[in-house]
Order: sequence, then C-alpha cells, then structure tokens
Amino acid sequence: MDDLDLSPLKDRLRLLQPKGRSGLLPALHTAQDLYGYIPEFAAEEIARTLRVPLADVYGVIDFYALFLKQPAARTVIHVCADPACAMAGADGVMKRFSQSVASKNTAEGSLPELVVERAPCLGLCEHAPAVLVQGRGATASSAQSYQDLVKGKPEHPRSVIGRSINLLTANCGKGRPTTLEEYRQSGGYQALEKALSMRPGEIITMVKASGLVGRGGAAFPTGMKWEAAANAPGEIRYLVCNADEAEPGTFKDRVMMEEDPHRLLEGMIIAAYAVGAQKAYLYIRGEYLYPYEVMSRAIDEAAAAGWIGETIHGSDFRFEIEIRRGAGAYICGEETALFESIEGKRGFPRLKPPFPTTAGLFGRPTVINNVETLCNVPLILNLGAEEYRKIGTEKSPGPKLFCLSGDVARPGLYEVPFGIPLRVLLEELAGGVRGQRPLQAILFGGAAGVFTTEKDLDVRLSFEDLRAVGLPLGSGVITVFDDTRDMRDICYRLARFFAEESCGKCYPCQIGTQRQEEILHRINRSQPQSEDWDRLQDIGWTMSDASICGLGQTAASAVLSAMRLWPHLFKPSV
Amino acid sequence: MPEDIHLKINGQAVSAPAGSTILKAASSVGVEIPTICYHDYCTSNGLCRICVVEVSGARTLTPACVAKVNEGMEIQTDSPRVRRARKTILEMLAASVDLSDAPDIQAMLVEYQAQPDRYPDAQTRSPEVIQDNPMYIRDYAKCILCWRCVQVCAEDAQFTYAINFSGRGYRTQIGTFFNRPIPETTCVFCGQCIGVCPTGALKPKKQWLMEQGQTTDEIMRLTRSQRRAKTKKTTQPAPEGGAA
Ligand SMILES: Cc1cc2nc3c(=O)[nH]c(=O)nc-3n(C[C@H](O)[C@H](O)[C@H](O)COP(=O)(O)O)c2cc1C
Ligand code: SF4
Ligand code: SF4
Ligand code: FES
Ligand code: FES
Repeated sequence: MDDLDLSPLKDRLRLLQPKGRSGLLPALHTAQDLYGYIPEFAAEEIARTLRVPLADVYGVIDFYALFLKQPAARTVIHVCADPACAMAGADGVMKRFSQSVASKNTAEGSLPELVVERAPCLGLCEHAPAVLVQGRGATASSAQSYQDLVKGKPEHPRSVIGRSINLLTANCGKGRPTTLEEYRQSGGYQALEKALSMRPGEIITMVKASGLVGRGGAAFPTGMKWEAAANAPGEIRYLVCNADEAEPGTFKDRVMMEEDPHRLLEGMIIAAYAVGAQKAYLYIRGEYLYPYEVMSRAIDEAAAAGWIGETIHGSDFRFEIEIRRGAGAYICGEETALFESIEGKRGFPRLKPPFPTTAGLFGRPTVINNVETLCNVPLILNLGAEEYRKIGTEKSPGPKLFCLSGDVARPGLYEVPFGIPLRVLLEELAGGVRGQRPLQAILFGGAAGVFTTEKDLDVRLSFEDLRAVGLPLGSGVITVFDDTRDMRDICYRLARFFAEESCGKCYPCQIGTQRQEEILHRINRSQPQSEDWDRLQDIGWTMSDASICGLGQTAASAVLSAMRLWPHLFKPSV
Repeated sequence: MPEDIHLKINGQAVSAPAGSTILKAASSVGVEIPTICYHDYCTSNGLCRICVVEVSGARTLTPACVAKVNEGMEIQTDSPRVRRARKTILEMLAASVDLSDAPDIQAMLVEYQAQPDRYPDAQTRSPEVIQDNPMYIRDYAKCILCWRCVQVCAEDAQFTYAINFSGRGYRTQIGTFFNRPIPETTCVFCGQCIGVCPTGALKPKKQWLMEQGQTTDEIMRLTRSQRRAKTKKTTQPAPEGGAA
C-alpha cells in the first residue's frame, strides 16, 4: 500500500470538499479511478476531507456493487446473465471466458490478468449477450474468447431503432450523439426559447393540459408533480433527472442520452424554469459510462452556447446541471433512494410521506422525472397541448418508447403512439418471434412485471387498456420468449436479480427475496417440495403487501403471474 | 392541544390527537399491535413491518408505528390479510437468525401460529461471535437488523458513529470501518447499543461469559488483564480466543 500515492487523490478531493457528504460517491469514484479500487487509506482520506464518519464511508462503499474494496484484476469483464442475455447464451460466454482466464491467471501473488463477473442487466439487452469490458458496453455475440473483446477498443454497439412515428427518436439512429449544431438545425432549443417567453405557471398549465404522465414506471401525471413542487414553500428547489435505468430489459433512456443528449437537456432546462429550480442533478447509473461521457460533453456544449449558466439567453433565469454517477444499485432508481445516494448515503428508500415535491433532495421540494418524460417536454412546448394530445389515446396521450428484447426478430428501441396493438408492435415492426417459432410468453414491464401469453396479443398499448387486462406498462419493457424456453429458469433469474438488488431495509423484501430465490433455485433444478407452492404464495403476497418500496412490492409479481399461467412448473410431478 | 382526529379501529370509534401514530391511537383504546423494530427512544424507520394494519382504501398494508392517523380512517389491526403478512414475516425471520434470546419475538411466533421451521433449507445468517473488546460481544447470528444500535451510536444518542452497515439485502450486517476491531473505532463504550438491542446480539462481555459457563473469578481475571492491555496499547486489541 506504501507504493500508492495519496497526493493525486488529495488534489481532486479539494474540489469535492465544499459538497461535504454529498461529494461521497464522486469521491469514491475518483479513488477507484486512480487506484483501481478503494484502498483503506483512501477511504480514510475521503472521510476526513468530506467530514463523513469512517463507518458510514464503509457502509456506502459496501452498498454499491461497483465499488471494490480490494484490487480485482487488470481487466474486469462483466457478463449480464439476466433473461434477454441468458437466452442469447450468456452462461456459455461466462464459461468460455472463465476457462480461458483460468489458464492465464497463474502468476502467484500478482494481480490476476482478468476477472470475469456476472452482472445484472446492463441496459444493452438488444445486443445480448451483453458485457462490460472495463466499464465499456459491448456485445459478446461474436466473441469466441475474451481476447476478442479485450483486443483493441470494443466499439460501442450501435442502437437499433424501429418506429411508426419519430417524434422522440427523430435524431436517433446515427450511431453517434447529435451535436448541438445539428440539434439546433432540427429545431432544437426553440421550445426552450418559447418557454422562456412564458410565465412558469403557463408552462405547468400546458404540461398538465398535455396529459403527460411519467415514463419511469409509476405513471404519475407530470404537470401535477411540477405544480406541487412549484407551490411548495421555500426558496430552494431541485430538479432531478432519473437516468438510473436498471430494470432488466430497459434501455430506452440510454439510447436517448447517447443519440440525442440535447433533447434531454432542453427538457430539463424547461422543467427547471417551470418549477423554479436553480439546480438539477442528472443521476446516471454507474454502468452507463458512455452515456455519462456523452451527457457531460453535451452539458459543456450547452453551457458554452449559453443554454445553461448564470443567465440563460438574456433571461434572469440561472441554472446549472450536475451529473451524478451511480455505482451499481438498482434500488437507486427508486426516487427517494436516489436522493439518499446523491446525499452520499446508502441507497435506502425513505418512508413516504413526506413526498419529494415537499421534502425531497436535501429536504427541499424536488421534482424527479424520468429521461423519457423530460424528452417529451420540448415536444409539448413545440406542438402545444392540443396537438400533442392528438398523438396516442385519450387517456394516454403522446408517443411511447418500447424496449423489445429476447426472442424477437429485431430487438431494439421502438417509438409508437400509445394505443397501437401489441401485435402490430411485435409482428409488424419488430418482425415477430425470432425464427418464426411459436410464442410462449411475453414479460411485460421487466423483472418487476407480469407474464402473459398470445392471449393478450391484441391488447392496445395504453395505460388504460393494459390495466384492464392486468398488465403493467412499467417503463415499456417487452421481453419475448419462444416455445423452447424453460420458464422456471427465467423465474429463477428474476428472483436472483431481486435478491441481489434488495436494499435490505425492510424485512418482507430483505428476507422474502432471499427465500424466494432459494425456492426457485430448487424448482429450477426440478426439485420442488410439495409445500413450495404455498410458501411462494405467502412470500409473494407478503412482499407485495407489506414492503416499503416498489422493489419489494413487485419482486414477486412476475413469479406469481407465472404460477397462474403454468402452475405445473412449480409443483412436484406426480 | 392538537385537534382530535376521529377514526375507527376494528369497528370501534376512536379519537386521537392529530399527529399521533396508528400504533399510539390503537394502544390508547387497548388495541395492541405487535412491534419489533419500534422503540420509544429511537427514530422509527418502519422496517420490520410486523406492525402493518389494513387501512381501508390503501393499496398496500400500512405500518402502524409510523403512519399517522387521518380523519375518517377505518383500520383493521387483525384481519386475515394482516395476519398472513405477520405470520410470514415471523416465519421468514425465524429461518434467518437465532431468536433464542428474543422472547418477545418467540411469543409472537406462538400468537400468530407461525412455524419456525417453515423454510427448512433456508440459508441462515450465522457469522461467528466477535469478541474484540473487553466490554461487549457482538453475536450477529442473533441480529435482526432493527438498526437501533446504529442509530443510538449516531444521532439518536451518542454521536460517536462507530458502527454502520456492510453488505446489502439479505447479506446486510452491522459493522465497523473495514471491519476494524471496536477498540480501533470511535466507540466510547457507552453501552447504549447494548441497551437497545432486542435479541441479545449485543451483550456485556461478562454476562456472555457467564452464559458460556465461566465463573465470576475467571471472568474477573480475564477482563482485568484485558483492560490493562487496552490502556497500554490502545490501537491493538487484546489477543482473545476465537468464537466460542
Ligand atoms: C426499484 C425501483 C427502481 C426504479 N428505477 C427507475 C429508473 O431507473 N428510472 C426511472 O425513471 N424511474 C425509476 N423508478 C421510478 C421512480 O421511483 C420515479 O417514480 C420516477 O423516476 C418518476 O419519474 P416519472 O414521473 O417521470 O416517471 C424506480 C422505482 C423503483 C421502485
Ligand atoms: S422493499 Fe426491498 S428495496 Fe424497498 S425498502 Fe424494502 S428491502 Fe429495500
Ligand atoms: S445488533 Fe441488535 S440492535 Fe443492532 S441491529 Fe442487530 S438486533 Fe438491532
Ligand atoms: S443487458 Fe442483459 S438483459 Fe439487459
Ligand atoms: S414496528 Fe412498525 S415497522 Fe417495525
């Protein structure tokens, strides 16, 4: 440890010092970037500089999966093993890589050359089997050995965009970010100019009239949220953009950030102006290194052009955006856990009430919105509420992004108006089940979602139609399974995901996700016990009914739906 | 005086001061709701969920220890839905940790007809006993993660911040910075954590040694030499035997 130098860390910590505890995650990232892991002495230095108790610093390091307490290896490859990637052969990739590594890592005492680790969904599901090579996303679909990936710089996989309309994704599909200049040429930042000529209250009225509801999963009306925060007492308000995207099967926010970063920035600036926030945080999941870089550059571009900063295009509106990187915790997508994370704490969800609009980040009134939600805002300003409402259905206005992955001919991101039938999206736009095989199941809404079968193929994709058949729209995830798939294996993987991602705060989820995984593990090995059915039901209902947050409340949702559809899979054969 | 709120608990009309919790309102009319993590002098985090009740109109069950009463609320504290959740939580807990020193929880298991062996092949949390200081032992195989010790060590009482969490999910544990021994932390041996621990996971060393069958004389000899060792060398904990 003596050979590690503390001075570069000290230099960088000086910049973070004014943030106090809130600088903790950035500081830990800095230390890990410098040393490859977080050495004890670096953690002590961070604790001293930011004035955070040592035990708390350790608690934070140990909460986030991406922070390492020991040196790992010169190269780390993360292999996703969640459903879409599992179906594309992720287990085989893991095995091949690990074997070739085993023959390499021989030198005693020195760091292993390479470590291969299993990871939760990396948000690259359309490129399954997905991997991260030193934090960079790639597909392992054609990689025979890990050398194929480590050689040269793996190219960032190019997004696949399908659509029947192109309102949100107009600038997407180039395989590179849209520049500020290009964005301007396509009419970008005109919505902001228009917004700055309006009174904040008028914008809120317009967003309310547009009928926009949140795209992050909870489907809360955006205008109402903004109004509540704008009316909350206090001078300081925050805007937070939730780009933690970690629901297995979801990758829409990543594509939007990578391909059209200024659309999101424009939406954020308008939102901040409308609710009276001087500062915004953009919280990007730790695994999204490339989107983080794209957004950082875009913020610099926008600031240089005067769209962010002390005065925004001559107005007296002052606004800054700070990017925060997560560090490997699905739970930090839950809004209050995300606030805790920005504040430099473990990602434990808070009890509600109070709600974020009255006491959110740093206890201040806060609006938190999903990336896609905010990307709709410039569109609403440009079209006006009435025109916007002509897209989609009466109760679900607007365009919607869907993430299709699994056994589908053309996995990718699809933009459609709300209300088109699932069959049209799946068969006409995405080419149907891969290899024309029979459809066995569709998982709606990701790991937290619900399974269905072809019986629901004619459902229209809107909040109201889906609710009527008991399917959650969630964040727009559709994972397809053909007739060859063993649904027990899929259920086990979902259960494992929740067991690994539960924050551990409340008993139903802390223990329930563990017990659920154990039972599904033996069911998946064809060793169900006769009482397992009742156990799964009790665990599932208790988690759904008594957990603190949405993670626990939905951790059994897919499994319970699978038990309804295929009861025989969960019982001992007679 | 705060205004009174009118509600119904198990069909019975109740009035309670605004701002009181469902737990307090119920207890004021003799309706007892079970609690595990709740403690009068600690911050309530509503995390064990054993106190959940059914509030009409609510999508999920409501934790009585933190939820405030509202005008017109109708509450069921012992419905089948409530009992199912409580029974399941207790059964899952019993399959996780050693509850032998937690008589209150054992009584609840009986009351809710919970089967402690409902999950026969469950992985338990059973780390070794940590004896790293002369004052108290830490037996986290008995820890139910109620958070009280962490809180009294921090803002709820002592402001020493010696302990916090490690891991997450089912693998969460209470611990110190990089698992350092207690004497190398900021711990001031105030004993507050021992006082609030409901399950015997934290215990005075003397009591623990007696339970292990040591005599008072043996213990006196042992702890005296350890105390001396501590005053001589503050950063090195006295060498001790491993787990019992
Ligand atoms: C476990 C969990 C994970 C979540 N992850 C995300 C996420 O990655 N992105 C997101 O926008 N919302 C996520 N949410 C929903 C947020 O809590 C919140 O509702 C959302 O950010 C609000 O934005 P919206 O109104 O624009 O949808 C998650 C919720 C839960 C319970
Ligand atoms: S439901 Fe799960 S993730 Fe949410 S607070 Fe409880 S333990 Fe944490
Ligand atoms: S050690 Fe005791 S007080 Fe601390 S969390 Fe565990 S059970 Fe609660
Ligand atoms: S990246 Fe593998 S399932 Fe999403
Ligand atoms: S006693 Fe209410 S949640 Fe623990």
